[in-house]
Amino acid sequence: MNSAADPIARAPTDWKGAVMQRRLRRRYRAERCFRLLGLAAVVGSAAFLAVLLVAVLGNGLGGFVQTRVALPLDLPRQGIAIEPVRLRGPGANLALAAANIEGATDAAAVAAFGRGGDDLLSDSAWLTVRDAIKADPTLLVRRATIAVPAADAIDSAAKGHGEAAARARLAALEARGAISRGVNWAFLTGADSTDSTSAGIWGALKGSIYTMLVTLALAFPVGLLAALYLEEYAPRNRWTDLIEVSINNLAAVPSITFGLLGLAIFLGTMHLPRSAPLVGGLTLALMTMPVIVIAGRGAIKAVPPSIRDAALGIGASPVQVVFHHILPLALPGILTGTIIGMARALGETAPLLMIGMRAFVAAPPKGFTDPSSVLPVQIFLWSDQIDRGFVEKTSAAIIVLLLFLFAMNGIAIYLRNRFETRW
Amino acid sequence: MNEQAKITARNVSVFYGANRAIDDVSIDIDRDNVTAFIGPSGCGKSTFLRALNRMNDTVANARVTGEIRLDGEDIYAPEMDVVQLRARVGMVFQKPNPFPKSIYENVAYGPRIHGLAAGKSQLDAIVERSLRRAGLWDEVKDRLADSGTTLSGGQQQRLCIARAIAVDPEVILMDEPCSALDPVATARIEELIHELKGRYAIVIVTHNMQQAARVSQCTAFFHLGALIEYGSTSDIFTNPREPRTRDYITGRYG
Repeated sequence: MNSAADPIARAPTDWKGAVMQRRLRRRYRAERCFRLLGLAAVVGSAAFLAVLLVAVLGNGLGGFVQTRVALPLDLPRQGIAIEPVRLRGPGANLALAAANIEGATDAAAVAAFGRGGDDLLSDSAWLTVRDAIKADPTLLVRRATIAVPAADAIDSAAKGHGEAAARARLAALEARGAISRGVNWAFLTGADSTDSTSAGIWGALKGSIYTMLVTLALAFPVGLLAALYLEEYAPRNRWTDLIEVSINNLAAVPSITFGLLGLAIFLGTMHLPRSAPLVGGLTLALMTMPVIVIAGRGAIKAVPPSIRDAALGIGASPVQVVFHHILPLALPGILTGTIIGMARALGETAPLLMIGMRAFVAAPPKGFTDPSSVLPVQIFLWSDQIDRGFVEKTSAAIIVLLLFLFAMNGIAIYLRNRFETRW
Repeated sequence: MNEQAKITARNVSVFYGANRAIDDVSIDIDRDNVTAFIGPSGCGKSTFLRALNRMNDTVANARVTGEIRLDGEDIYAPEMDVVQLRARVGMVFQKPNPFPKSIYENVAYGPRIHGLAAGKSQLDAIVERSLRRAGLWDEVKDRLADSGTTLSGGQQQRLCIARAIAVDPEVILMDEPCSALDPVATARIEELIHELKGRYAIVIVTHNMQQAARVSQCTAFFHLGALIEYGSTSDIFTNPREPRTRDYITGRYG
């Protein structure tokens, strides 16, 4: 063979030469740079998350704690007398309110802490007194000291904020040993209030739970069935393409548009109750359904065709193929998509404002048609308030929202692991 | 009609859109023998095989013309139920494709959906008999609850054969069942085909001419969508009539 005539003849490659070494160094450098960039991205995201969590926790944890003032009560001397019979049964609250427990509480504060003493207590302090009397009617005939919620200013001062005057009064109270702290049950069990010391998150949390239930009950089956039909049954034609494009676009529509749609259809045409979890859930279901369809179709597409062949080959009907084989294999993916959609719906504020869920609701909803708030809207409303107490409550509500989210994700991970098939 | 013919195909053509994949094929598949389809890649032998239990129905824009009869019944007639047809004409695929379920469930699935077992004990018996016939029972009898996908490739393919015979089909179609297996597993499957011969009509598509010579009694040679030659395996391999068959058999192309 004549190598000189060979057009691609060349000298043997010098793997140790300078050019090769330079190439090698460049390759290593590129490798290192890429890894560093990736690491930086991860560390950066983690840092942002840490800052967020620290800020929210720092601001919000105080919201779960309540400052209490020990209030000496001497109800017999104040002339409060109620027959013990009336303290039983449903009429008790009414009887106690009629007996002017509120006035007695203020009077006791003035008696104990001097003029302006009633300003040291939360507006809802008398409710604590009332509940204490209901639990222990002997308070009506003896002297006792009970811990009642402190006023917003005192509470803020106790948590290291607040004005000088409030701090001075706090110091005086502390000197008497009248200050204590405890879990803020009012926050965990109450609904919205104009007074930050009695404002609670339970109303909004319950509203969110109801809303999510409606959304899930509607969006999951509809989305799942739509995904299955489109993937497994729909003929491939122009109509199917049109539906596919529409669903993809629907998933990208700004959420406030869905709010307007909900306002027009559910409230305007169907006359469903305003501010209700039912309407909120319906509106959010419109928004979540396309997300579930898209995720579901992806998961169904990812099921290997060989499984389909195997099932068909043994004589399974198309419905049996879908429900015995495709769906179980696609379910983990579908659940992941559902949770992503639900998490988005949980944090959604704009469409709910459109259907009236920004109303001030002072009682937790008892059902799907009761007026209610939801967590993100509650956060939005509280963030507008100027009281120091509400700043804390806003962050505390964010913590509750995040915990709700983590719980939802936890359920999703559990379900996914349960249904995941090992190959 | 030939009494020995389980399946008779007359003037069958298969189209994918405008593309004609099978051109006017007529063939009789013998009920007691193993029939091998051989031919170069893309010659349409798998397509024709899939026409025999209407698996092509699942391919959008596939179309079959002509006539295929199973024991005289037109399988493309409107009154033919395709689900029952596929139970009667079972299929084993190129790549072992057990369900990601337990070994037991893999075999029990077919009898269960077709209501072939009256109770748990009968189902157990069907599963055992099928696994025994597939020569897998001794290897898996202590681990029936394990996933079918934990088996080796050859075992998986025998599990798929057990799954196919669990519904007691009349015909078993095998689409290159050994192409993903090593020689030992292949030998095992070939042995199994020998044992199943006579009980079921078996059609096997294979790339491997030695395999066709070893397992089959009849051989059909396909080329470019047409059936070039069909006859007894010994004739095809020792004394082909067509020059194209001879060229393929002797390795001139393919």
